[in-house]
Amino acid sequence: MTTFLVAMVIAGTPLLFATLGELLTEKSGNLNLGVEGMMLIGAVAGFGAGYTTGNPLLAIMGAALAGGLAALIYAFLTVTLRANQVVSGLALTIFGAGVSSFVGTNFIGKKMPVEVISAFVKIKIPLLGDIPVIGDVLFNQDYFVYMGYMIAIVIGIYLYNTRFGLSLRAIGENPSAADSSGINVTVYKYVHIIVGGALCGMGGAYLAVVAVPQWQDNITAGRGWIAIALVIFVKWNPYLAIFGSYLFGGLSIIGFRLQHLNISPQFFDALPYLVTIVVLVISSIRKSKEDSPPKGLGEPYFREER
Amino acid sequence: MKKVLSLVLAVVLVLSLAACDKVTKPEDVTVGFIFVGPIGDGGWTYAHNEGRLYLEQELGVKTIYKESVLEDQTVEQEMRNMIDQGATIIFATSFGYMDYMEKLSSEFPDVAFYHCSGYKTTDNMSNYFGRIYEARYLSGIVAAMKTETNKIGYVAAFPIPEVIRGINAFTLGAQSVNPDVEVEVVWTSTWYDPAKEKDAAIALLDGGADVIAQHQDTAGPQQAAEERGAYSIGYNTDMSAMAPGSYMTAPIWNWGPYYVEQVQSVIDEAFVSTSYWGGMNDGIVELAPLTANAPEGAQAAVDTAKAAILDGSLVVFAGPIMNQAGEVAVADGASMADGDMLGMMWFVKGVIGSVE
Repeated sequence: MTTFLVAMVIAGTPLLFATLGELLTEKSGNLNLGVEGMMLIGAVAGFGAGYTTGNPLLAIMGAALAGGLAALIYAFLTVTLRANQVVSGLALTIFGAGVSSFVGTNFIGKKMPVEVISAFVKIKIPLLGDIPVIGDVLFNQDYFVYMGYMIAIVIGIYLYNTRFGLSLRAIGENPSAADSSGINVTVYKYVHIIVGGALCGMGGAYLAVVAVPQWQDNITAGRGWIAIALVIFVKWNPYLAIFGSYLFGGLSIIGFRLQHLNISPQFFDALPYLVTIVVLVISSIRKSKEDSPPKGLGEPYFREER
Repeated sequence: MKKVLSLVLAVVLVLSLAACDKVTKPEDVTVGFIFVGPIGDGGWTYAHNEGRLYLEQELGVKTIYKESVLEDQTVEQEMRNMIDQGATIIFATSFGYMDYMEKLSSEFPDVAFYHCSGYKTTDNMSNYFGRIYEARYLSGIVAAMKTETNKIGYVAAFPIPEVIRGINAFTLGAQSVNPDVEVEVVWTSTWYDPAKEKDAAIALLDGGADVIAQHQDTAGPQQAAEERGAYSIGYNTDMSAMAPGSYMTAPIWNWGPYYVEQVQSVIDEAFVSTSYWGGMNDGIVELAPLTANAPEGAQAAVDTAKAAILDGSLVVFAGPIMNQAGEVAVADGASMADGDMLGMMWFVKGVIGSVE
């Protein structure tokens, strides 16, 4: 059981990064469907940086930078030019997959240097790591996993306990009201879209640098789309994102351990999406204000139309 | 004047016809390849691409290719694009392309179509595949000599005859040197998801397996074995660089010679529509060289079995073979016909898992 929970957290970590990235973006009122593309760009940049320099820190930073740059394209299109968000996001996915394959041709058959791999081995946190079960699952993992839930907590505090977070949520709900209260909507949107993209890039890098430390094209294999579903599943709450991501990570691998029960593996593949639909149905029946998406989500903001 | 003109035209026509008669030069031939994955997968598509490069080098023909083509109407469009670009020979390298290729083959009778891993042929469409199960049998020998827990994990793709045949051959090979070995199977329902396939391998290792074999086109399971200090059998290509600490050997493809032979036959205008299922005799499938991780004595055991397969004294699916329930599936003295092997939907005794 513990081994399953450990594997679950590892499988959920790339989802957690991507989910947090998309969550931050959506909080600013922008729906970015380019998660998959940004993850792939982050994966190839992280792998490239790690492979050429042998430096684990540069691998992470390279991934974040590349993901952020990809998001900048999206931000320019949707915030400055006010292009359709759905179309821009989809374009970013296709663009990202292409860039990743193209740049990745340089790394075919290449393996991450030992310096980087050894930087991401499991490191036990003293004391906390000795707690039964929880210690092994949460506090005996690699740095990337620790970073994942730390960032989630930081984003949670930022959103709900700081003035900036309040302003951000205001923009997501009603950009014109936020604008009239003196918040610089454009700057906020740009910053959060870019940071969101950086997180997505890091999620991709986890796959390429830590999980499978050898260049494999299209390594995300659809995880970006699961992350978009996850944002809905966790009701735009970064704390819930931790549990949601690990849960979805668990759902994606539980099939391997339950196959002797003769349940079809396809059923488990469909499970994350089924769960998302169920959550959507429940939250739309309850119509709770806290569970609903930011009101301004997907709408381009024109100051002149106030 | 009109007569002169028609005479000149007739002469021109005759001359141009004569020009057509000239032997096709290889550098004027364009060969198209449709790949199901990226050429950087280090597996299935990588092996086909190596074959493509070999073809270019040997014959000097021009090749074009398209990666990650979906197994739906997309492939039809891609093949039309290739024909527009002058391709007169097209290789489509995944099962799901079969029906689309069959349809196009009647529309373009002058193009030679080749479909990999299917069963349909038309006047100008051949299918081809290799008896990779022979090499899997050999890899099973290596795995069984290595395991200490007598449990080998097998990360399997989809429950289709090709994969099941591979698992059965692997198990029979393993049992040939160690009758107590069991092979536990998990299905990932993927051909290409490195992280997921790694997770599947970890589940098997957590369940007590100490050697991992795989059918997907990525190195994910190899890395799981390496991380856990276990051992592994790869697939498609030599994967020693990807998991140097765990990789022992792999059943591998060698498509190049087949591609050269077929393209040459089209250039010589000697195309014949065939169903080709070549084995180790043809060199289209092989066992990759054993690494230092392989157990002592494995090389000798593999060499003996390989020689027996090559001279025909060892047939992988020759009876007696029991199924999972312990009933006789192939009687003593009999061996399975190709048709039965191509439709194999049951596991041999010693496999843990179900074909559902």
